[in-house]
This record gives sequence, structure tokens and C-alpha cells, in this order.
Amino acid sequence: MKKLRTEVAVVGGGPAGLSAAAEAARAGAKVLLIDENKRLGGQLVKQIHKFFGSEAHHAGVRGYQIARRLLRDVEDAGVTVASNALAYGLFPEKELGVVWDGKHCQVSAERIVLAAGAKENYLAFPGSTLPGVMGAGAAQTMANINRVLPGRRIVMLGSGNVGLIVSYQLMQAGADVVAVVEGADHIGGYGVHAAKLRRAGVPFYLSHTVKRASGDGALARVEIVQVGKNWQSIPGTELTLEADTLCLAAGLNPMTELAWMAGCAFLYLPAFGGHVPAHDAKMETTVPGVYVAGDITGVEEASTAMEEGRMAGLSAAESLGYGAGAALDAERAAIQRRLDDLRAGERGAIRRESKARQTAAAADQRQGGGAT
Amino acid sequence: MRITDHPILGPAEAGREITIFYNGAPVPAVEGEPIAAALMNAGVRSFRRTAKRDEPRGIFCAIGRCTDCMMIVNGKPNVRTCITGAADGMRVETQYGYGGRKEQA
Ligand SMILES: Cc1cc2nc3c(=O)[nH]c(=O)nc-3n(C[C@H](O)[C@H](O)[C@H](O)COP(=O)(O)OP(=O)(O)OC[C@H]3O[C@@H](n4cnc5c(N)ncnc54)[C@H](O)[C@@H]3O)c2cc1C
Ligand code: FES
Repeated sequence: MKKLRTEVAVVGGGPAGLSAAAEAARAGAKVLLIDENKRLGGQLVKQIHKFFGSEAHHAGVRGYQIARRLLRDVEDAGVTVASNALAYGLFPEKELGVVWDGKHCQVSAERIVLAAGAKENYLAFPGSTLPGVMGAGAAQTMANINRVLPGRRIVMLGSGNVGLIVSYQLMQAGADVVAVVEGADHIGGYGVHAAKLRRAGVPFYLSHTVKRASGDGALARVEIVQVGKNWQSIPGTELTLEADTLCLAAGLNPMTELAWMAGCAFLYLPAFGGHVPAHDAKMETTVPGVYVAGDITGVEEASTAMEEGRMAGLSAAESLGYGAGAALDAERAAIQRRLDDLRAGERGAIRRESKARQTAAAADQRQGGGAT
Repeated sequence: MRITDHPILGPAEAGREITIFYNGAPVPAVEGEPIAAALMNAGVRSFRRTAKRDEPRGIFCAIGRCTDCMMIVNGKPNVRTCITGAADGMRVETQYGYGGRKEQA
């Protein structure tokens, strides 16, 4: 078995991991970046819309193009990139088990940055396992990466940004979106994304949910039903839609397996998608030398993922003796300011509050106290 | 259906056209694309059948996580077709239960 040594190992090559790897390497550390895909970029590679956010975060640039820029930074900084490499375990003494190009290898690192992102939530209802029922991300991968239409008549369940954006992209790829179904009484995602679908005549069924999916061997019909305040179905309001594809866009949850294996302290933060590792302002978890960044710390956006990644990369390098003093402090303060801006205002309130609890939990834990 | 022209991504990259065999029948594919993409383009929706209830399963995650797309590829069971590249002459079969063919289920 191949054994590798590195100073910093970064798991996950999305915006968080790419940013962490580039910063740590620029500071002088020897960095290995591990991602299970052949193509790096994480969620970004299947996003063909122009990103929102601010200029510092490449707003107005399409997701897959942002990925290319970040990857160039990583290469310029001298990071060793292991693509097609799955980190399946994190063992004591910061040892990662990795299957790289089909071969097993062991990576020992002095510092580890976990930037594994998030995965889609699953929903169970009668017929939810029928072929044709799939994650919104699966439909997006099929259309934007593999360039094959997953179906012709699509029902989207969920009206958050993912549901809205994927609906629009499936239309751009040539499919009909016959309905966007949303359990709440209002649209979850941004008005600009919803407006594009509205203009195209896509019907929104608010306060509705999927009652059952059916078809002979594959999806043919989606039965939806109106729901009341407590999410109970209202009999007599059922409606059957003909569709060959039902996309589930019911939110994401952080992919935290490796952080659990490392023994990090966790807390439950619903606004971030579930259980998340506690971490301090430098992105270090309660396990010394193990850092986290991006959606694994709580589902947010690419912009926050990049900033958290930078913070984690700089801090990991600093703890190894690379970079110090006023310049580093100023850089970290600037990153923190941008993170605060990204969580500012009314829309950011719940994330601001959740982040505060997450860092407080890490501090508690270090003092030998409370939350797990 | 293939998305040959895309308003944002432009025309699809022209890859080498090959043939794979789905339960014995020829299916056109592009070399290196996921097997699942070629099958989906050909209208295949059910990829395997479950052990306990013999239910059909199709593409669910398309990124190698859920295992719903596993098939027998060149005689090897439990291959995730959404992340395995197509090669000329590849034999792809519906998988029954934990890795068998229909007659073994
Ligand atoms: C449809 C959609 C639209 C979006 N639009 C916007 C937008 O307009 N603006 C915006 O700011 N954000 C947007 N986002 C959100 C943004 O894409 C994510 O928040 C961001 O990608 C999270 O970055 P990350 O690096 O934490 O995780 P990811 O991008 O998910 O990257 C994680 C990577 O790690 C890999 N990985 C995980 N575990 C392992 C392992 N054990 N071994 C090896 N590799 C592993 C994964 O395969 C993946 O490549 C959108 C998301 C979606 C789904
Ligand atoms: S569709 Fe989920 S593993 Fe292939």
C-alpha cells in the first residue's frame, strides 16, 4: 500500500477546499488536495447560472467558470491535487484512508481541513423509489454535465434556490417544468430566480406537497395535495400531474462523516441543515489540528465557503509556523469582515445566530464544559 | 435525449461514438460518458431490481452515492453506472437482487 506524507491534507475540492488549499500553499505549507471526482469544483461544476453575492466572490460569473478560476489558483500555488480520490476514513494521528484511482493509500498529515460539502435530503412517500424520482442535483448533473435530458415533463418539489435554479436550467436544456410544488405558503428562494419561471409560465403550487408518485415500472404521474397550517393534507384537494420526472429539492445536510470519525464535538443547528461540528473563529474544530470549512460547517453559499476555506487554510498553515504577525492578523480580520457581511441583515440573522452558537460551543468544549 | 445545443453551454463536445450492449441490444454511446447517460439517452429508466420486493430502481443521485444505478458490467456486478465510463463493446445488464441475473433471482 502506498503511503503519503503531507503537512496539510484538504478533503473536498469545492469552493471551500480549493480556497483552503490555495491559501495554505501560498503561505508555504506542503498541501495535498483530495477530491473524489475527476473534475474539481464541487457543486460549482454543475452550476451554469451567474452567481449572486459580491464581486469579491465572483458574483455575476457562472458557477463552472468560478471553479476554473479557483482551480487555477490552486495549481499556481503548487498544491498537489489528488482527483478521483475518495477519503473513506479518518483515523487517529490524522491518518486518512484514501482510494485514489482505484488503489488504496494512506495519507498522514499534520493538519487536516475537512471541506466535504453537503448532500441532498431524501423524502419518502408512496412511489418515491420509482425510477424517474431523483434528487434535483441528479437532474442537474445529467443535464449540465452529461448533457442528457433526465426527462421531458418535470415536477419540482421544493422552491428554495436549488429547486428554482434547477427548474430553470432544465427548461434551458429543453424540458417542460409542469409544476413547482412547495409545502410552505411562500416561495423559499430568491425573487429573481422565481420570476424567471413565472415569466415562462411555470405554475407554482404553494401549500402543496406530493402525496404519491405512480407509474408502471417508472414514474408517469405525480399526485399532489394541498396542506394546512400543520402540514396535514386537506382531503378533496388532490390533483394529478402527468410527469416522467420528479425532482426532490428538499434541502441539503452537511456531509460530516469524517468529522464524526475524528471525534469532533457537534451541535444541532436546524438553520445549517442538521448536526454540524463546533469550530472556533479560525475554523479549527475541538480536535486540535482538524479544521472545517464550507457547507460541512452548515449549509450556506459558495461565497461563505470560499471565505471559510481561506480562513481555515491560513490558520492551518500558521499553526505549522507559516505566516505570522500583523499581516496575517489583518488578513484574517478582513476575511472575518467579509463573512460578517455575507451574514448581515435580516436574511442573514438566523445564520449569524447559528454561527455564534457554533463558535461558542467550541469554546465551551475547550474549557472542558458542556455541549456535544 | 441528448442536449446537443445548449443556450449557455453551447454545442456538446464531439466525442468518439461507440456502441455498448444493454441486455444484449446495441445502444449508441459516447466514449467515456457515464454508462447511465447513454442508457438514459436511449430511454432506459429502470437499472436494477431490488432483492426483497423486486422493485425497479433508476438514477437517483447521479454522483455515485446512492447505489440505485448498479448494474452488471462486463460480467461484474454492483457497478455504479452513473460514475463508470462507457467503452466500446461494453456489456451492461440489469442487476437482480444483490448482484445476480434474472434467472438467479
Ligand atoms: C443548484 C445550486 C445553486 C447554487 N447557487 C449558488 C449561487 O448562486 N451563489 C452561491 O454563493 N452559492 C450557490 N450555491 C451553493 C454553493 O454551490 C455551495 O454552498 C458551495 O458549493 C459549498 O462549497 P463546499 O466547498 O463547502 O462544498 P461542495 O461544493 O459540495 O464541495 C465538496 C467536494 O468534496 C467532495 N468530497 C466530499 N467528501 C469527500 C471525501 N470523503 N473524499 C473525497 N472527496 C470528497 C465532493 O465530491 C465535492 O466535490 C448553489 C448550490 C446549488 C446546489
Ligand atoms: S445514481 Fe446514485 S450511485 Fe448512481
